[in-house]
Amino acid sequence: MLSFARRSVLKRSTVATTSRFLSGGQSTKYAFINPPESVDNSLGTYQSINKTTITEDFNTINSDSEDLKKHQNTKIRHFTVNFGPQHPAAHGVLRLILELQGEEIVRSDPHVGLLHRGTEKLIESKTYMQALPYFDRMDYCSMMTNELSFALATEKLLNVDVPLRAKYIRTLMGEITRVLNHCMSILSHAMDVGALTPFLWGFEEREKLMEFYERVSGARMHAAYVRPGGVSQDLPEGLLDDIYMWATQFGDRLDETEELLTTNRIWKQRLVDVGVLTAEDALNYGCTGVMLRGSGIPYDIRKSQPYDAYDLVDFDVPVGLNGDSYDRYLCRMAEFRQSLRIIEQCINQMPAGPVKVEDWKVSPPPRDLMKEDMEALIHHFLLFTKGYAVPQGDTYTAIEAPKGELGVYLVSDGSERPYRCHIRGPGFAHLSAFDHIARGNYLADCVAIIGTMDLVFGEVDR
Amino acid sequence: MFNRFLARSTSQILQKRLISSSIKSSKPFAGTATLPTGGTLESTWPSDFRQTRPKTWEEGSESALDKATKFFLLAEMFRGMYICLEMYFRAPYTIYYPYEKGPMSPRFRGEHALRRYPSGEERCIACKLCEAICPAQAITIEAEERADGSRRTYKYDIDMTKCIYCGYCQESCPVDAIVETPNTEYTTQTREELLYNKEKLLENGDKWEQEIQYCLDADAPYR
Repeated sequence: MLSFARRSVLKRSTVATTSRFLSGGQSTKYAFINPPESVDNSLGTYQSINKTTITEDFNTINSDSEDLKKHQNTKIRHFTVNFGPQHPAAHGVLRLILELQGEEIVRSDPHVGLLHRGTEKLIESKTYMQALPYFDRMDYCSMMTNELSFALATEKLLNVDVPLRAKYIRTLMGEITRVLNHCMSILSHAMDVGALTPFLWGFEEREKLMEFYERVSGARMHAAYVRPGGVSQDLPEGLLDDIYMWATQFGDRLDETEELLTTNRIWKQRLVDVGVLTAEDALNYGCTGVMLRGSGIPYDIRKSQPYDAYDLVDFDVPVGLNGDSYDRYLCRMAEFRQSLRIIEQCINQMPAGPVKVEDWKVSPPPRDLMKEDMEALIHHFLLFTKGYAVPQGDTYTAIEAPKGELGVYLVSDGSERPYRCHIRGPGFAHLSAFDHIARGNYLADCVAIIGTMDLVFGEVDR
Repeated sequence: MFNRFLARSTSQILQKRLISSSIKSSKPFAGTATLPTGGTLESTWPSDFRQTRPKTWEEGSESALDKATKFFLLAEMFRGMYICLEMYFRAPYTIYYPYEKGPMSPRFRGEHALRRYPSGEERCIACKLCEAICPAQAITIEAEERADGSRRTYKYDIDMTKCIYCGYCQESCPVDAIVETPNTEYTTQTREELLYNKEKLLENGDKWEQEIQYCLDADAPYR
């Protein structure tokens, strides 16, 4: 089968048929006959709509008359490769069915759902407070921003306003999360295309950041820190100093990584003009975040619909020009530096005050009060057993997660548990554009495109 | 302005050293020109915050000969390799784990434990708040009246394989009975060993009491 595929590459010019479905895209180079009704494939069955086959005239290969008779008008399928779900570059449990014309990807079919845990349904049977930790586990590379989207949605339904200090803490931790996520995405992308070294440096920085996570919330990853109504606890003393010290040196770590990658000719060969996504297609496929900004559209929810303290801090939105993987890499690198800017401003402007709404109907009273005051104890018991009732209504609240627009559509029927919680994950939209982006690229670039999409399957499959 | 926000002692040192020069140049950014991308030029880094990145061979206005020289002599490759060499002489960040351990904050949420009062009486009063709040439904409690008339649990089970370590149980506990200790080293050979019962949890509490008390005291102002 492999040899057939190779031959068809060699003899591409001899294939003379019409193309109906794929000629409009980037792959006008090859021609296809009308697709058969159905094709058996041990890896899956496809309907005929996108099925493409190639005939090859064996005359040109073997002039033996018996072979000629035997193989005349033989239909040959594209070489089909099953990529993942155990592939180390699949970023988790992505399974891709790739149809290859030689080494070029003609069609790709992402199979999702291997990490589906039914978060949305699960949340319907949890109170708003109990639902929160499940958001940590969705996109497990950017934990606090997931919590933030749910917290903001709940606050919108509750119609509560968060204290300013909580807003700044959320912004600060959100930007730390962005750095955490981009460390993972850029550097594992680099590792996927062959540069292992910066990955290890990035993990050193991630370690430091997860230490901040742990100091603030008690868990290195699944923080459960950002709650509806504020954050769970105040920042411990000295943490801001340490974040500041970290931020002073992180720019140098970025420079080192950039020194290794940005101008490196191998890195550029693997990324420039790979996975090109035009601005129009990026919009049409619902791409957000860096996938959209890399294509030249300056859309950032932190700017367009500022939440928390993003309207109080100053930052720029980096935008790419060409929409290829390299531009998206540069965007992420620039976002690192913008995050540092925001972190620095948050530290310097951090106001004093409460960190959660001082309404015991929504956020638990402080412990010392709970142990002395009867009313506080009653509120405490109510909050932890029954939860708080959220007024009837629905909201779609979106934030700029590191990967793109993470939206939570929350419907409340007036009870203590959400009636419906739909999560709009950016990775899912990006992955659904995978077929379009990968078409015409080579098999080896498939890994680079997965890397540039910044897929995390906790969030794609939910 | 900075004095008000950063009242900690180390930050005052920092402020003198790092920020003082930037205060002079910083202006409020209301009414300043904005960039097309939405930011302003006013809140850029302080000039001595860190060095700017050197211009790459593409950005510089170099002659073709310079560019060709850099290209054929693999300039950016050797720059990268030099960075790697530099890393080689830096102190390693890794630690020898079982012998050396990383820092841990008092808020850390690890293995669970049930605490006792200094008198030896167990704290848990079977209010079942932790059972109610547990998002993973990992806690099972059954209670009855004891011979002396006090309400105590006779069954307190935590399924550690279900637990998601969110810390809600210790947050909810009104008597600080169930806590999450800083202990993370409790791997077992079999799954059954991770189904903790009351004896195991109380034993954990006795074993980790000093650490737990230290953590609670350290974190008390924030809770």
